[in-house]
Amino acid sequence: MLKAITRHKFIYFMILPTFIYFLVFSYVPMVGIVIAFKDIQLFKGIWASPWVGLEHFRTFFGSIQFDRLMGNTLTISLSRIVFGFPIPILFALLLNEVRVGAFKKAVQTITYFPHFLSWVIFGGIIYNLLGPNGALNLILNLLGMEKIDFMTNPPIFRGMLIVTGILKEFGWGAIIYLAALSGIDGTLYEAARIDGAGKLRQIWHITLPGIRSTIVLMFVLSLAGIMDAGMEQILILANPLVYSTSDIIDTYVYRIGLQESNFGLATAVGLFKGVIGTVLIVLGNMIVRRTGERSIW
Amino acid sequence: MVAKSMEKRSRSLDNNPLWAKTLIYLILTALSLITLLPMVNVIAFSFSEARAIYDNPLMLLPHDFTTAAYTYIFSTPALLKAFGITVYVTLAGTLLNLLFTVTGAYGLSKTHIPGHRFLLWWTIIPMLFGAGLIPFYLLLKELHLINSLWAMILPGLVAPFNLILMRNFFWSIPDELEECVKIDGATEWTALTRIILPLSKPAIATIALFYAVGHWNDYFNGLFFLTDNGKWPLQVLLRSIIIDMSALNMRGTNLGQDVTKVVLTPENIKSATIVFSVVPILVVYPFLQRYFVKGIMMGAVKG
Repeated sequence: MLKAITRHKFIYFMILPTFIYFLVFSYVPMVGIVIAFKDIQLFKGIWASPWVGLEHFRTFFGSIQFDRLMGNTLTISLSRIVFGFPIPILFALLLNEVRVGAFKKAVQTITYFPHFLSWVIFGGIIYNLLGPNGALNLILNLLGMEKIDFMTNPPIFRGMLIVTGILKEFGWGAIIYLAALSGIDGTLYEAARIDGAGKLRQIWHITLPGIRSTIVLMFVLSLAGIMDAGMEQILILANPLVYSTSDIIDTYVYRIGLQESNFGLATAVGLFKGVIGTVLIVLGNMIVRRTGERSIW
Repeated sequence: MVAKSMEKRSRSLDNNPLWAKTLIYLILTALSLITLLPMVNVIAFSFSEARAIYDNPLMLLPHDFTTAAYTYIFSTPALLKAFGITVYVTLAGTLLNLLFTVTGAYGLSKTHIPGHRFLLWWTIIPMLFGAGLIPFYLLLKELHLINSLWAMILPGLVAPFNLILMRNFFWSIPDELEECVKIDGATEWTALTRIILPLSKPAIATIALFYAVGHWNDYFNGLFFLTDNGKWPLQVLLRSIIIDMSALNMRGTNLGQDVTKVVLTPENIKSATIVFSVVPILVVYPFLQRYFVKGIMMGAVKG
């Protein structure tokens, strides 16, 4: 054993920094989860603070916040999947029909771009567009219609989150499907055409089966991420007026943890979310393995 | 090979009726315009006079062209400082990201060493389970890194996705190549620096861009771990400008007065700041498009 280690010492040496990094910044915080079971008094330190058992979890599950946070998190995530998941696929299918190279390139260049903008920047652009004096409300005004409170009306705000989220990422999301589409054997289409299959039948029998494993993989990944409802976007666009429909678990942890220093409760809520996320991703990987030939990791 | 099959497919697929073709082009044009026009509008705002913005909020070209907003932001110390911090964090951060990720991936690509599976799981587990924001925050606090620029560099120093991407790339390099050099008497270090790394340039460029864009756009770490607003990076400052203009400390300018008389309004300044922080992304965009697409493909091949 020792001999093997000395023989490969260069390889171990190379991996050492990464090993230590994960030790300090991933595993040490896992030990810090004990905070979720303690009443943290910072002047005493983490270890000397008294244990409170499941107190924080009881507080969270019993609070009126719980239903609202879970409801918002799941509603926003599921809406993003229901409306946002098919769009990159349809977009890729449309783009795949374009034969004019320059047009295709231009569409890709434009629609990929927002992916590279931070939510701060994109949020600024959204404000500009949808704010009370934004372009869209001006157009509505010119058409003689009433203004829409995108930023302060709770139900409309939530819809706005979904739509702008899709707008930012649909182009980029299509790339993986375009890659899968380009891997389909062209002779299959030729054969289908000779057999008299029309356009839609070709899509149904060749195109979709050809990208099925990619669709399954992406779908499972998005379901596994269902507890992540888009904090980056919400921390930019939301305000207290729309908390009722847009406050999610992540924003709540940030607010009570970092802004109100309620470390115990915030850690407990974060742990609750983390455990569900882990279960989902492990389950997801099992499903992908069973249906397809690959594994997420 | 891909190009050839695409050519074949394009011949076999090109059988859409005219109405379908028209519809496809119309939908794609509409989607592109929906994405493009709001950005063009912001650019036009940033070069227009306040009065003109007020009169033509739908403009796509500047009205009453002025660069006053840019003159203003370039003379605002808070903004310039934030810009400098972002540049510093992006450069230093990406360099460290690369150092850790490339060495780690090289180590993980050698599957024959004892303990390989343990080391692999050591890096996969953090991808599956994270302790959450608060324990991480308390760790940084314990290490006295709150309000230090390290707090913007250390989180996500090794991104598991990039680690796996890089490892897969190392796998694609034939082992024989390394063995050959070693037989000639070269050390492992020489083999790595002279043979492996030069061959890996495209993959390293890809993950470097992934990391750099991540740093440039990051506002979470700044928001969470830097309470001293003198240390804020551009994105965090921009966030507070968008939410509340007072962050720029507007005293001394003629903002907020009668909109018909002044040259500058929050609209100009917000727009100019947005454009200002997008320019670097725009400059590297051609590379981003090429390498990011390549990276996604590499990741998609086998994870």
